[in-house]
Amino acid sequence: MNKITYGLILGGILGIFDGFTSWFTPAVRPQLMGIVLGSTFKGLLAGVLIGIFARKVHSLGLGVLFGLGVGLLFAFFIAYMQRNYYVQIMVPGGLVGLIVGYATQKYGDSSTASASLT
Amino acid sequence: MNWLSDEAIARLRSAGAEPDLAGTRYRLIERIASGGMGSVYLAEDAMLGRRVAIKILDVPDSSGDLAARLQREAHILASLEHPGIVPVHDAGTLADGRVFYAMKFVEGERLDRFSERASPLPSRLRIFQRICDTVAFAHTRGVLHRDLKPENIMTGPFGEVLVMDWGVARILRANRISTPAETVHDQACEGPGGFAAGSLRTAPKTAHGAVLGTPGYMAPEQARGDVEHLDERADIYSLGAMLQFLIAASFRSTQTTPRVLTAIARKAMDTDPAGRYASASELGHEIARYLDGLPVRAYPENALQKIARWVARYRLAIVLVLTYLVVRALLIFWFRR
Repeated sequence: MNKITYGLILGGILGIFDGFTSWFTPAVRPQLMGIVLGSTFKGLLAGVLIGIFARKVHSLGLGVLFGLGVGLLFAFFIAYMQRNYYVQIMVPGGLVGLIVGYATQKYGDSSTASASLT
Repeated sequence: MNWLSDEAIARLRSAGAEPDLAGTRYRLIERIASGGMGSVYLAEDAMLGRRVAIKILDVPDSSGDLAARLQREAHILASLEHPGIVPVHDAGTLADGRVFYAMKFVEGERLDRFSERASPLPSRLRIFQRICDTVAFAHTRGVLHRDLKPENIMTGPFGEVLVMDWGVARILRANRISTPAETVHDQACEGPGGFAAGSLRTAPKTAHGAVLGTPGYMAPEQARGDVEHLDERADIYSLGAMLQFLIAASFRSTQTTPRVLTAIARKAMDTDPAGRYASASELGHEIARYLDGLPVRAYPENALQKIARWVARYRLAIVLVLTYLVVRALLIFWFRR
């Protein structure tokens, strides 16, 4: 599996999980499905970007830093649109980016050829 | 009358034995090693201005047997073009009738000496993998090394790993290599295929006679002198012994050695050739799997060991996911208060 696919899948899964945790906040429970969809899209997009970065730059430190930055940035946009829940959205969002950044650096095939040959 | 001292006689004898390289492109610098049938000298290639190692018969060979052996050794080396095998540059006959061949002069350190220094186990195992690759290549060419041991492995300063001393090599399948005879005679064949300075000066000597090899690294069937039935698995046994040496050199006697590695070495050293790895590349792959945190054939795991290996392999990823879950849970409970 190449790094972009790896980032896409991991970002998507963690995004879904991240969205569903909003169930624990009763005030936003009515918008749960919208939050899950938004969070999943955010995770997928962040995953692809982080995966592309991992394919270009082979550095665990930079990968983790880039993941953290992308995760925080996307989470900030979501929180800004809500005008609320900055900490609740940004902290886990940043962590998701960090995990995807680490995973795409550490695992996944960096060559495009292997993906097309297999 | 003054008698010459023993020392003076020895010096004169040594000077007399020195080969005369006149008429060749080489200039003798010093003797760097000696074996049963020949010596290896450091020389300068005057034409190309580089240092080379030259293996020369110690005495002119009237029967032609030793000359044929040396030529054959050169042929074997020349046919094995591989980054892990010292390349032969030239071969010929000196003015006094002695046969020689010139090869790359390898500057580096023998594996046994390299192992004396503190180096992480993974880097030693990567060296071992390279040895397996080289031996596997020779096997595909139908050549059996028969004397694999740490003293015959050179490690270079730029990560080079070279399998040396193919002097007792045996050709298993003659059609793969265009040398005159089918097998190397199992007599008095001791000597380097290529050397760094002093590489064999203190090395344990290869045994003479029908039984060739080095005790401790020799497969049981090889030790029995069962030459006709020797195959690649004899070298696999030696590789297993070398792996055991590397493991032992990496851990103090009070430390526990990794069971998986010990199991790999034990399988390679099975007294029954059928119980060993089928090829050197299979053994190399097994080491690669160990280094990648994957299961190996030699060590069947129970469920707990599988989990432990999986956790060790993905340790940091697991820590990150757990951190995420803990932070998520803390945030939920903090803001619900």
